[in-house]
Amino acid sequence: MCLGIPGKITSITGDLAAVDFGGVSREVSLLLCPEVREGDYVLVHVGFAIQRLEEREALETLALFKEMERGWDEEDGDR
Amino acid sequence: MRKMETDETRIASLVKEIPELLDGGFRAMEVCGTHTVSIFRSGIRSLLPESVDLISGPGCPVCVTPVGEIDKAVNLAHRKDVVILTFGDLMRVPGSTSSLSLARAEGSDVRIITSPLDTLAIAQAEPGKKAVFFAVGFETTSPAIAASVREARAKGIENLFILSSLRLIPPALRALLSSKKLALDGFLLPGHVSVIIGAAPYSFLVREFAIGGVITGFEALDILEGVSMLLRQKKEARAAIEIQYRRAVKEGGNPRALGIMDEVFMPVDASWRGLGTIPDSGLALREEFRGMDAAQAFDIPYEEVDDPPGCRCGEVLQGLIRPPECPLFGTRCTPQYPVGPCMVSSEGSCAAFYRYGALR
Repeated sequence: MCLGIPGKITSITGDLAAVDFGGVSREVSLLLCPEVREGDYVLVHVGFAIQRLEEREALETLALFKEMERGWDEEDGDR
Repeated sequence: MRKMETDETRIASLVKEIPELLDGGFRAMEVCGTHTVSIFRSGIRSLLPESVDLISGPGCPVCVTPVGEIDKAVNLAHRKDVVILTFGDLMRVPGSTSSLSLARAEGSDVRIITSPLDTLAIAQAEPGKKAVFFAVGFETTSPAIAASVREARAKGIENLFILSSLRLIPPALRALLSSKKLALDGFLLPGHVSVIIGAAPYSFLVREFAIGGVITGFEALDILEGVSMLLRQKKEARAAIEIQYRRAVKEGGNPRALGIMDEVFMPVDASWRGLGTIPDSGLALREEFRGMDAAQAFDIPYEEVDDPPGCRCGEVLQGLIRPPECPLFGTRCTPQYPVGPCMVSSEGSCAAFYRYGALR
């Protein structure tokens, strides 16, 4: 599934970033988006940042994702 | 709160505006399965006039993978020296006699991964085994897989192999339109595929078929905006590729991701469920990475296999019928006991229709 989840980069070590998804932190590869910096919002797909997002727009999407989470029972292995 | 109110106002004004833009019937295809699910979840179909017909397309990677390719993965899973790695949505897709999920229940080593980078760690932890990554996905996923292949090569990992069922969206759209089975006024183009490829690869839609498309995001507001942009094109008698999902999609896509994908993979002819073989619509490892190609490393015959008897998934994927028109829908074929992949994948049209009780 081509799901893309927006999150905020909290730290970067080499090719890897810690990304905060509304309170949950995950390690994300920056191999496809090497130019991003700490504090940037990125769109994440299968553990990779695939695009940098503008902050205001990312926050809007995050609000909507929260809403979706309430109704969406995640199925095993959705990506 | 203020933001939600703004969205609600915008949605209300679009719902009012859309009928005013309509001039007779209008039929658009939402290419991406994630769009299909979002359209149902948000109740958009009930907000649109009945003459706006949104039909689902071939944008569910699991659904378009033909039975013969599932069989290849299941055959490999039966080997004692192999561990199969795959995304979870493939597990229950039926092959001709079994599925990866059943193979695992029978003792095969089949593991679900959430990132292609997981495959490296598993291969390293299982030096006595051959780790085979059954890779299914579109342009959204392929660059991440390509980057992982490069990493595996750089780390000298020799027991990781790729069984590629990766596919490309634009050639499938060309095949759909060339078949001339379907009359369309426009496409809602897939947002996250387009994050990678940008807008240019769709320009042939306008040039060769005089059909426009709008690259659309996944929220209710995005989809309504996408529909209204398409209606406006029709009303103004023009066809163009436009981007609604501006917050994530750039004209040129993600050049870095495209570069890595191109370095590792090359386009090859590929077979799609329902659509048959489409030229240059799949991805295979390039010569330099052939050592990691499961198709070369293992002797796995590919057999073209018919879809299960009665299953009309192939027509659903081309937008030729709606899921409830299939005689198996909701009777012999349900999400719990799926016959075809469109009922297995959570983003398959049949699963979406079933889940949201849609009968038309």
